[in-house]
This record gives sequence, C-alpha cells and structure tokens, in this order.
Amino acid sequence: MREKGNDMADSKLAVPQLAAVEINGMTRSSLLLRGALAAGAVYGAGAISPFVGKALAQSDGDVEVLNFALTLEFLEAEFYVKGQSLKLGSDAMALAQEFGGHEQEHVDALTSTIKDLGGTPAAKPTFKFPIKDEESFLDLAQTLEDTGVSAYNGAAPSIQSTDVLAAAGSIVQIEARHAAAIRLLTEQNPAPDAFDKALEMQAVLSAVKPLIKA
Amino acid sequence: MHDGPKEVNAMSEGHERSDPERTGALEELTRDPSSRKRFLKMMGGGVAASSAFAVVLAACGGDEDGGGGGGAGTQAGGAGTSTAEQTGSGDLKIVNYALTLEYLEADFYAEVVGSGLFMGAQLDLIKTIGEHEEAHVEALISTVEQLGGTPAEKPKTKFPLESAQSVLELAATVENLGAAAYLGQAGRIQSKEILAAALSIHTVEARHASALNTLTGKSATPDGAFAKPASMDEVLPKVKPFIVS
Repeated sequence: MREKGNDMADSKLAVPQLAAVEINGMTRSSLLLRGALAAGAVYGAGAISPFVGKALAQSDGDVEVLNFALTLEFLEAEFYVKGQSLKLGSDAMALAQEFGGHEQEHVDALTSTIKDLGGTPAAKPTFKFPIKDEESFLDLAQTLEDTGVSAYNGAAPSIQSTDVLAAAGSIVQIEARHAAAIRLLTEQNPAPDAFDKALEMQAVLSAVKPLIKA
Repeated sequence: MHDGPKEVNAMSEGHERSDPERTGALEELTRDPSSRKRFLKMMGGGVAASSAFAVVLAACGGDEDGGGGGGAGTQAGGAGTSTAEQTGSGDLKIVNYALTLEYLEADFYAEVVGSGLFMGAQLDLIKTIGEHEEAHVEALISTVEQLGGTPAEKPKTKFPLESAQSVLELAATVENLGAAAYLGQAGRIQSKEILAAALSIHTVEARHASALNTLTGKSATPDGAFAKPASMDEVLPKVKPFIVS
C-alpha cells in the first residue's frame, strides 16, 4: 500500500502538498479576516470575535467553532460539485455525488445551528480547486477529508453545548468514513493510524488557505 | 514517522493562562506527531487539569447531558457534591465500557488472523485494524489507571468464524457498532482530555467501519450525512453473544 497520510504529521501545515498550490494573490490579512476565518486567528487567545459579540456568552465559542466547520463544509461541498464536472470513473463519480450530498447537508445543518445560537453564519468563500482528472480529484478529496477529521477532532473538545458536540461528532464520523472510502479506492490504508490526529483551527485554516480565492 | 518540533513554550504559556481549556495536554495532542506517544502523554497530563475543566463545565451548564443512562452526568453540577469526584466516576465508567469493547475487537481480529481465512491485502487490512484495537486497549487501560480506577477485566470471547465473507460482515457490524458506541458517549464525557482521546479513537473506528462496509458491498455511510449514536443500553446486548464469561 502506498502511504501518504502520515505526511500530515510532518509539518505544522496540515497538508504540505497544498503549499505548492496557487494562491491567487490573496494577502494573509484579507483572507484571514473574512467571516468565520477570523475565528482561527483568535483561537486560544481567549478573544471573542466581534461578529458574534451579541450571541449568548456561552454560545460565543461554539458559534466560532461552528463557523469554522461551516467554512470547511462549504469548501468540501463545492469541491465535490467541481469533481462531478470532471470525467470520472463510475466509482469516483458515485463518491463525488454521494459525499458531495453529505457535505451540503452538513452546510445546511451548521447554518441552522449557528442561527439557532443567535450567531451569523460565515459567508461562503470563493474557492479554486486544482483538480483536472480522477487522480487529482481523489488525491485532493482524501486530503480534504483527512484534514476535516483532524479539524473536527481538534475543535470538538472546546465545544460547550452537548447538543453542538453531538452534532459535531455525528458529522466527523461521516468525514472519517469518507476519508477511508476514498483511501480504499486509491489502494491506500483506510486507517493509517490507531489514533486520528487533532489539528488546531489555525493549522487547518493555513492548510486550506490556498484553495480560497476570496 | 518523524518527530516534529515540540512547542514547549506554547505549552508552558498555556499553563500560565487563566483559561483552563488551553492548557497542557490538549495542546500537545495537536503538536506531537507520534499519535501513540501523544495519546499517552495526553492522558498523563490530563488528570490534574480535569477537575478544573469540570468546574468550568458545571458553571456553564455543560454537564447537562439530556438524561438517560447513568446518573453521574446529571449529578455532577449538584450542590454539595464534589464535581471532580463525580466527573471521575462517570468518565471512568465510560472508559471501562470502551475498554471492554476494544478488548472484544482486539480478540476478534487476533482470532481472525489466526483462522487462516484471509490472505494478501485483506489479511493486511485485518492485521492493521487488529493492531489499532490493541493500541486502543493499551491506551484505555492507561487512561483508567490515570483516573485512579481499576481497568475492566478482559472478557473471554467467542466468535463464529465460518467463512471469509461472514467474518468480514461480522467485522463490519462490530466496527459500525463501535463507532456508534463512541459517538453515544461523546456528550457524556466530562474531561476534555478524555473527550479528545475518545474522539481520536471514534474516527478510527469509523474508518474501519467504512472500509469493511465497502469490502462487503455495503454503503460506507449507512446513516447518510449524520452518523447515529448508540447508548450503552443499545450496544451491550449486541455484544453479549460474543462474551463467554
């Protein structure tokens, strides 16, 4: 079996291979200050983003985590839509359709939850995906799903509400199932480690930054 | 796997902050690339901080788990009780429950590997999964000990190993159940460190389930976009047939 998943551990960037991707001239500040992405920049500093300042005190942190998750789900959902426009084999196309549908359901659920908590859902960024064929599609799909698992696992312990935590758990299990199915399709180890890694929000945001145009 | 840079400064800064959620072990979890070492360190550093977390959780009402099952979660914030002690006993019960399930899984794969029913890539996958379950067993034993508890006894097990196909299907059933079992406990765990550890195992069980479902011609995601949890009361009767004593 080809082994690629452990690459993630070798850098503070969750996904070193993304570092080579075109950045489209975005500056760090213009990118990171957009909507929910600001949440990653203040994670750990005890700060509360101004844009959720009116939410219930207990919910502030949860809204930040949810907006972070929403941004990732926006990215995944659109990625699979783009994937479906490529010439894919039947297995890969089936995954793109089914998994893409799940990610859109995650987007919808997170958006509702954020509104329920009195927060403002993050705006959907514009993305750019360097995929042109089945191989590059599956490669990036695996990276995004593995990163998604680590992102949820890293953020979940900071969630205050047990309802929000249950929702995050329910979603991350699906991300893990996606990751494993994609890995199996590309003849890699579906579970490369006995314990899935957890990543901080900031590391995740840095990793996916090259895919965000505006 | 390489050893990445250890951010010792970030950790000690964390200890000086007033915000207990940013301290110590959880930080380390995200930084140390060796997951096993990471896990064990996490558990080692976790206990001292857990009472502080429990206080924060109780103050925020985060211990309200919606009822059902054991009472430790609902009592944790009650007046006159020791929050830390209640937290410890609830988490201990959950970790021992997880340990029992992992013992079962580890035994199952050991028997399957020894059965001669598999070869090649499928055998490799089964061995890999079995190694994961053994690593989970060891980690959970350490966790129970860190909590000052007594690890659950290893059950004596018996599994029907008739054909490669039936074994793969049983494996898929067990892994889907395991993933649902971890998900069912996530909201009940009081300690942030133990929660992080449980989550890092939960998604690995989900990966196993997905791969085995796919190999047996089932959907990788039988629940659709949102995985369903299972309570202890739902899980234990399903594993009982495999426990001899």
